[in-house]
Amino acid sequence: MTRPHDMGGQSGGRVIPAPDGIPAYDAPWHRTALGLTLAAGGLGGWTIDESRAARERLKDYPRFSYYEKWIAALAGLLVEKGFVTEEELAAGTAVQAPLSPRAFMIEKVAPALARGTPYSRPGPAPRFAVGDRVTTRRPAANAFVGRGHTRLPAYAEGKPGRVILSHGPHVFPDRNAHGLGEAPEPLYTILFRAADLWEAPEDPEDEVTLDLWESYLVPA
Amino acid sequence: MPHDHRHDEPHSLLPSDPALRVKALQTILVRKGLVDPAAMEAILDTYETKVGPHLGAKVVARAWADPDFRARLLADANAAMLELGISGRQGEHVVAVENSADQHNMVVCTLCSCYPWPLLGIPPAWYKSDAYRKRAVREPRAVLADFGVTLPEGTSVRVWDSTAEVRYLVIPARPAGTEGWDEERLATLVTRDSMIGTGFPREAGA
Repeated sequence: MTRPHDMGGQSGGRVIPAPDGIPAYDAPWHRTALGLTLAAGGLGGWTIDESRAARERLKDYPRFSYYEKWIAALAGLLVEKGFVTEEELAAGTAVQAPLSPRAFMIEKVAPALARGTPYSRPGPAPRFAVGDRVTTRRPAANAFVGRGHTRLPAYAEGKPGRVILSHGPHVFPDRNAHGLGEAPEPLYTILFRAADLWEAPEDPEDEVTLDLWESYLVPA
Repeated sequence: MPHDHRHDEPHSLLPSDPALRVKALQTILVRKGLVDPAAMEAILDTYETKVGPHLGAKVVARAWADPDFRARLLADANAAMLELGISGRQGEHVVAVENSADQHNMVVCTLCSCYPWPLLGIPPAWYKSDAYRKRAVREPRAVLADFGVTLPEGTSVRVWDSTAEVRYLVIPARPAGTEGWDEERLATLVTRDSMIGTGFPREAGA
């Protein structure tokens, strides 16, 4: 199973800090890529889970820069959801049409950005309480779809932790990313000791938390 | 078409140069009426001029200045943010975490690049980089060193890996020598990185 996006805990290069404030674009096309992705997202044609899954499954994920991933995934979603045809992509243009009623209308931009999309839902009562000891499942894989989307990182599979926050039921990405419904599940913040995650932690007192859905967890 | 692309991913039909690729997709979406250029500009303007780390700084400064607000922020961050008119996409479920002498908090998203947009705006490139996503959970102190940050002896690190739709705001410790400062003046000390946990606020005399 290749999950190149699941990179937590690997070795990597130096992190290059940036000046304070609102970041500048590294290239003009980054600005267009950001605006286009958010504007097309306003069509309501896919969920955040579907868009994450579309980025993760790109064959070129390791090679693409951040906004290249966004644009490639956007092209895939537009075709998959029937907004754009492969012929139009190949032509690089399309027949002129009036503004679609599905388009993100300018008068909706400010309220929609300020409102956001809450992901909490009515759903089952939590099985675990704050303070409970749990173990994450192994392997960190989607239980419904082969090589499907999941939010349990590999570095935290099969690890002991403790519930520190209980967020109530949230949309479950492992199903929602694949059009299998929102299937809300209780979501928790689980605290792990660095010493339980890594062979040689920088400091055994250090900790890592992850936000994990109930079916990722078993009682310890 | 030079050859049959049907078994490739759809993006391979677009030009490979990223700038040309984005331009082609923009042309298609605008001509089809699926994207209104004015709406796209309004979105970008929001994150270029209205939403950014100055909003998170307002929240932190109020938490420093007002103990009751601090308590409300730690108990229900979204409700407290609304008192300052702050809400929005990628910040629907916020948890505020406070630094102390014993514990330093640091935020990452190892699986993608989740970030509290209504408080901090567009994420900086380093936050989205493979280097940060790979290293922050296993060697946070080495990553902090890349930012020129060294923690005092006896301070442990808690790294929050944002794997769901919960977004984290770090409340850094209030700098010494700021007794009696009002919120506006306090906010000038709050940096973006101090609210992610890869930096400290500016010093009062700096």
